[in-house]
Amino acid sequence: MPANILLVDDEQGFVETLAKRVANRGLTVHTAMSGQEAIDFLAGNHSVDVVVMDVKMPGIDGTEALKLIKNAHPLVEVIMLTGHATVESAIEGMKSGAFDYLMKPAELEDLLAKVNEAYDKKQTHETKILEARARHIVLRRGD
Amino acid sequence: MSDVTYYQGLVKSMMFTIILVSFAPLLIIVLIAGYQYSVVYEEKVEAHLRELVLKHDQSVDSYLKEKVAEIQVFSEIMDIDALSDQTRLEALHDALVRGHGNVFVDLGLINSEGVQVAYSGPYKLQGVDYSDEGWLREVRERSVHVSDVGLGLRGVPHFTISLRLEADGREWFLRTTLDFIAFNKLVEDIRIGETGMAYIINRQAEFQTTPRRDMTGEIPLLRELIRSPSSEMAQGRASMSIRTNPANGRETIFVTSPIKNGEWLLVYQQESADAYSDLNRSRNLALVVLLLGGIAITVMAYLMSRRMARRIEHADLDKEIMNEQVIEAGKLASVGELAAGIAHEINNPVAIMVEEAGWIQDLLEEGLSKSDNEREVQRALNQIRTQGGRCKEITHKLLSFARKIDPTVKYFCLNEMVHEIVALSEQRAKYANVVIETSLADNIPPLEASPSEMQQVFLNLVNNAIDAMDPGGGNLDISSRVEGDQVLVAISDTGCGIPKANLPRIFDPFFTTKPVGKGTGLGLSIIYGIINKMGGTISVNSAVNQGTTFTLRLPAGKVDEGVACNVPGAGGAA
Repeated sequence: MPANILLVDDEQGFVETLAKRVANRGLTVHTAMSGQEAIDFLAGNHSVDVVVMDVKMPGIDGTEALKLIKNAHPLVEVIMLTGHATVESAIEGMKSGAFDYLMKPAELEDLLAKVNEAYDKKQTHETKILEARARHIVLRRGD
Repeated sequence: MSDVTYYQGLVKSMMFTIILVSFAPLLIIVLIAGYQYSVVYEEKVEAHLRELVLKHDQSVDSYLKEKVAEIQVFSEIMDIDALSDQTRLEALHDALVRGHGNVFVDLGLINSEGVQVAYSGPYKLQGVDYSDEGWLREVRERSVHVSDVGLGLRGVPHFTISLRLEADGREWFLRTTLDFIAFNKLVEDIRIGETGMAYIINRQAEFQTTPRRDMTGEIPLLRELIRSPSSEMAQGRASMSIRTNPANGRETIFVTSPIKNGEWLLVYQQESADAYSDLNRSRNLALVVLLLGGIAITVMAYLMSRRMARRIEHADLDKEIMNEQVIEAGKLASVGELAAGIAHEINNPVAIMVEEAGWIQDLLEEGLSKSDNEREVQRALNQIRTQGGRCKEITHKLLSFARKIDPTVKYFCLNEMVHEIVALSEQRAKYANVVIETSLADNIPPLEASPSEMQQVFLNLVNNAIDAMDPGGGNLDISSRVEGDQVLVAISDTGCGIPKANLPRIFDPFFTTKPVGKGTGLGLSIIYGIINKMGGTISVNSAVNQGTTFTLRLPAGKVDEGVACNVPGAGGAA
């Protein structure tokens, strides 16, 4: 099952084209134009696995949106896209729980590779959670 | 031009200070030492003159007394018979001449009737009747009489000593004539300097000795000296007074001493200028030294202050250059800040272009023939062109600010510049959630300043305002209006504000509240310098957590026809 991803950037042209290309490679893609929009979308759609988000956006910026997303959806992996090549913002992002960061403009292949890694990680997490739940159920049965 | 007068004023004040400081001690020393010296010297001169007169009045007195005494000796050891005998009198006179030279000119005996009964001397005066002469009356009363100098019967200046003798109840008078030349020598030899001389006068101011020159002009003064009741001239020994000599109008020192029981007066007179000639000479020398020193000091002060002023001028020039460099550095710092913001702005279109190019590649792999792939490629290429244009615009904007500061003063339109700055900062403001609003008056006259410096002023203020609102955002309002011959520009934000304690320091160089590496602390000090230079003022009004307003008051340029600002509309919003 391919990853279900959400692209967040305030540049419409960028988001649209990237979405087309990613969709062309068989992934399910959603788009959002701001941090707030992304949060709202995630609140109503639980199938998103990986969020690819720009750091610098008007309104709620990437770093802040990341914290909110991680709070509400701990399993969703977030990859930060930074046009501002400062190490500080990257470190802050990683501290807040981002999966990784990419410099803008990024090669699509690199992005997809990162997305896959993130998706795998999420899968592993989910599997572990499922196993834990199953064990819990088994143990409860064995009472 | 004002610079030239400024440095000239500097030269003047420095010169004045140097001259004052060097002259004051010199003058004080010269005045004090000169005064002391002249007082001491005058005292010395006066003491010397007094001493001289004292010595001589004594010698004149003792000369007279000696002569009187000698005659008295004769009168006592010889009897009247011997004296009245012509031959014996001649022998006596011979003995006197032998012992004293020609001092005793003649010797005669006069009987109580005033008739000269015996006489020895060069004149034929035997039998002369003196009964009406004044001296005979005097000698009858006082027994000794020394006469004034007179021409007498013989027509030659002389004076006489007369004695009253008593023998066998009859009065006799012994009379001798003293050589005037010998007597005259006593005082004639007193000569000091060119005008110093001594003479003897009697109470009627008649000369008893021959003065060195004609003294008729001084006689009224001498009379006054003798008679003036207030002065002790006539009484005290060696009393001194300084009067203006009526004969030549010069100040003259008179030293007088009474002799011959106060009947005569020994007078020494010398012109002050002559008496104090050494003093005057050294005074002149001091004046010459003072004058030369003054000239030297003045010349040196002038040269030195000119050199100092030139040094200061150079230093000022260096400072100016340094200021320009600081402005340049400040500009670079703000451009750097701008560039960091703009990097992101450029990255966005570049990222779009990369994606579109990738998309075209994807489409090409599928083949252009498939459905509307060709139209999609066209769209993507258009998008790349659009984004490339965006990049160009951004880099151009940046470049227009990164150029070297040009301090040339020109006319420029304030509103145009504000719009430029707003456009440049728009993106940065957007990410900082800042809304920029402008309310610009239409009738703003062109300003006269360096546009590139003014760009820096506005860019700095806008950057600061955006920084002040950084987390959370706010409103940035730029307004302009005309007030008299001034243009007011207010840049207000709704940011964190400036604490009261920092307000007086914000224009200081290197004052910053930003963390190390974030701000140079030069921005506002550079702005202050630029605004000051163009004759404007900058003021700040701030409240913590309410916001800050910077108000610039700029002098409107004197506009010639043909220069006008027609910026369409105010109130553009970002």
